[in-house]
This record gives sequence, C-alpha cells and structure tokens, in this order.
Amino acid sequence: MGSDQNILVKLNKAGFSLNNKWLVKGVSLQVEKGKIVTLIGPNGSGKSTTAKIALGIYKKIDGSVEKYTNKVGYVPQKISIDWTLPLRVNDFMVLTESLDKESIDEALSLTGVIHLKDKNLGDLSGGEFQRVLLARAISKKPELLVLDEPVQGVDFTGEIALYELIKKISDELNCGILLISHDLHTVMSATDHVVCLNGHVCCSGSPMDVAKNNEYKALFGEQASQILSRYEHRHDHVHTSEGEIKKN
Amino acid sequence: MLDDFFIRALIAGIGVAIVTGPLGCFVVWRRLSYFGDTLAHSALLGVTLAYSMEFNIAFSVFIISSLIALTLIQLQKRTNLPGDALLGLLAHSSLAVGLVVIGFLSFIRFDIMGLLFGDILAVTVDDLLIIWVGGALILLVLKLIWKPLFASTVNYELAEAEGLNPDRAKAIFTILMAAIIAISIKMVGLLLITGMLIIPAAMARNISSSPQKMVIYSIIGGLLSVILGLFSSLEFNTASGPSIIAASLFLFILSLLNIKQSIKLKN
Repeated sequence: MGSDQNILVKLNKAGFSLNNKWLVKGVSLQVEKGKIVTLIGPNGSGKSTTAKIALGIYKKIDGSVEKYTNKVGYVPQKISIDWTLPLRVNDFMVLTESLDKESIDEALSLTGVIHLKDKNLGDLSGGEFQRVLLARAISKKPELLVLDEPVQGVDFTGEIALYELIKKISDELNCGILLISHDLHTVMSATDHVVCLNGHVCCSGSPMDVAKNNEYKALFGEQASQILSRYEHRHDHVHTSEGEIKKN
Repeated sequence: MLDDFFIRALIAGIGVAIVTGPLGCFVVWRRLSYFGDTLAHSALLGVTLAYSMEFNIAFSVFIISSLIALTLIQLQKRTNLPGDALLGLLAHSSLAVGLVVIGFLSFIRFDIMGLLFGDILAVTVDDLLIIWVGGALILLVLKLIWKPLFASTVNYELAEAEGLNPDRAKAIFTILMAAIIAISIKMVGLLLITGMLIIPAAMARNISSSPQKMVIYSIIGGLLSVILGLFSSLEFNTASGPSIIAASLFLFILSLLNIKQSIKLKN
C-alpha cells in the first residue's frame, strides 16, 4: 500500500473495551489519500467502534492510533438532535466549520437537498436528513471522510447515486474514506480495500481477495461471495430527490 | 420618581440581562437548569464567607460556585450516582452549610430576604463595575468557545471527531455559569437566578427559528423583564428579583399566544 506520506490515519492493533467487555480488539488498518477502505461485518462486530477509534472519539484504547490530518468529515451511524434547539439545515451545515454560501450550496446540491436549505432539521424525513449529514461532511472539503452507513434510509435510486457521489468525491478531493456499509454490491464496486470485522479483523484485502476468503464465506454465506465476483454496474442517468431525471 | 439607586439598579439589571440571554440559551439547550440551581444554592455559602472574611461578595460566590461545579464533575466521574442525585446532594448540603455558618455570624446583621430574592437598594457603584466588566468578560469568553460549545450541544461525537475539543468548552462554560451567578446575585437573589437564565430563553425558543435569533430574542426578553420588573418593583414596593422573574413569566405567556396563532395559521 502506497508511500507513508499518503497515510491519513493508521490503527495499530487498536482495541476498545467497555465495562470489561471488548467491543473490538487488535484492529490494524490504514486509510490513505484517495483510497476507500470499507469495513464490513455482522451487527455488533465493532465497525462503528473502529470508526470512533480512528476518529479519536474513544480515547482510552488499547494499541495506538496515528492521525495525520485534522480536516475530518464524519457521518455518524446514529445521531440524535435535541429539539430544544431551533436548527435549520443551513445552521447545521456550518456546525463545526464556517463556510461560504457557495460551498454550502454546492454540497447540498451534490446530495440533492438544496431545496431543504431553510427547513428546520426536525421537519426532515430520515432519508433527507441522511443526505444533509453527508452534505455537511463533504462541504468542508475534508482530507479524511468517515462514513458510518451514510445512505441508511435513503431510497434505492438515491442510494446508488450517493455511493457514486462518494466515489467521485474521493477522486476529486483526493481524500481518504473510511466507509462502513452493509451493501456488499457497493462495497465491491467502489472499494480499494476491504476489512472484514467480527470483533477482530477476520480478513482483509482487495474486494476480490476477501470474497474468496473462507472466513468471509462463513460469515456472510456462499451467495455473498458470488455477488462480489460478478458485480459490475453502470448508469446512464440519475434520479434527483425531487423526482427529476438527469443524464450523466 | 427616579432616585439614584433606581438608575443604578436599572444599569445593573440591563448588564445582567445582556449576559443571561446567551448563557440562558445554552442552559435550555444543554438541560442545565438544575445545575444552575445547584450553583445558585451554593452561592449562599459564598455570601456568608464573604461577610465573615470581609471579602467581595461576587468574587467569593464565584470561587465557591466554581469549586462546587468542579466537585460535581469529579463526583460524576467517581461515583455511580445519577446526575440529579448528585446535584441535589450538592445544592442542599451547600445551602445547609451556608445557613449554619450564618447562625454563627450572629454579630453581623444579615438581610436574608435580600440575599434570597434580590435587593435593588443594595446595588452600589462597585457592583455596577463588577457586573459590566465581569459581564463583558463572560460574553467575550463565550464568543471564543461558541463554536465547540454549540457543536457539542448539537452532537458531542461530531464535535469531537472533527477536532473541536468539546470537553474543554464544557469546562469553560461551567466556569462562566459560576461567574454569571456571582455577578447577578445581588439583583435577582440566589433563589431566582436560574429563572433569569431559563425563562427569557424559553420565551425566545417559542418564537425563534434559528439559534442566533433565539439568543437575540432571549437578550431582548431579559432586558424587557428587567425594565418591567424594576419599575413595578418601585411602584408596588416588591422585591426586585421576584418582580423581574414575574415580568419574564408574563413575556413567556405572551410568546405562547404567538405559538397558538402560528399553529392556527398552519391549519
């Protein structure tokens, strides 16, 4: 894997325990500029925990984390916003960094929610909110993006479009992406490196390598590995969230 | 009609309201009203110590309230007791100790009512200085920590992940809370300070659509409460604290009417 100066974050045998129970243990991985690293694994396998270790949210960890950038965009898996706060989409976009109007509008347009800019966050649907979360994370043009199931609750066509957007962002901004996803189709079509977790790293490598791995087959089943090996997709148009069709 | 003491009280009250406006919004957003109460109760101990050692009241209250706040943070880390139990423990024990100390200070004439409910007659030129200089400092620091504090109020993990250091912002905010209680205790009294923080902010929440607007309305609400409250306090010879808080309650009720109207408009 590339030269050292491209590394954005590196985990060395990192682990985290809560109430004497290991959530995840012995994870080594690195995210480099322009590369997409995907974490897969069953529920409770420590994917989100690994992301939080990489982000420095969990501090009392086993092993070590080396982080070489402070420009980070994060889409958490779960986020609860307190409605005692009157917060519009526009206010939420500048939560952690001040941005000019163009950057805000550009990011909201990319994820297809520019028309919601002045709406209250509490009035958004789950999928709309997810698009706003992604827009907020990319608007600050981060060097490292950590996306924890970024398209949950987004409609099917939107899901594909957003994953293509994520791939595009990684190319254009040359940022590294740590992605957590349940969608094996996407994982395999867009990812450079896959880490399969189950409380520990059970296997890792390129999508094809992982698909052939026996431990992976044991975790996800024979069918999953077939998905991987023949998956390839192409689109000639996208559907915006307002229902319009745009040619690529 | 406008005696000198009244002008002083008005200037003091306006200074307090400008600071309680934005701080009060954070108290509402972060659900800290009982934390504010706890600090205010502990202020009695600060006042008694100030009297017994002939020390400045605001300064002494600031020290004691900060100590209580730090104690709370330590207790939260080291015990398994729930937050509200710890708050109750600290609030009532510091109040009790304060009252016991007053018992020992029988040689000093104490205006307990003034202490609990505020006394506009007691505001001196020195107090004005403390309120305006202290208030300006509080607002300056709040402006500096606004981004991390606000971001972590919305979502702690986002703020932490994107490098804003929310823990430091929280600790500094705690100190600011102790400071506002210290400078406003003479005006509003220690039983009602939290009301001054919460009620204008709650009123503002009812009529605002963005955080910035809520802060501005909260300041305006506080200013109107102080002016209305102090004039009625002078007119009806009532204690200043309760008069100001009652005025803010009046404004809060008005803001509820506004909500009803907008709901009607929607349907």
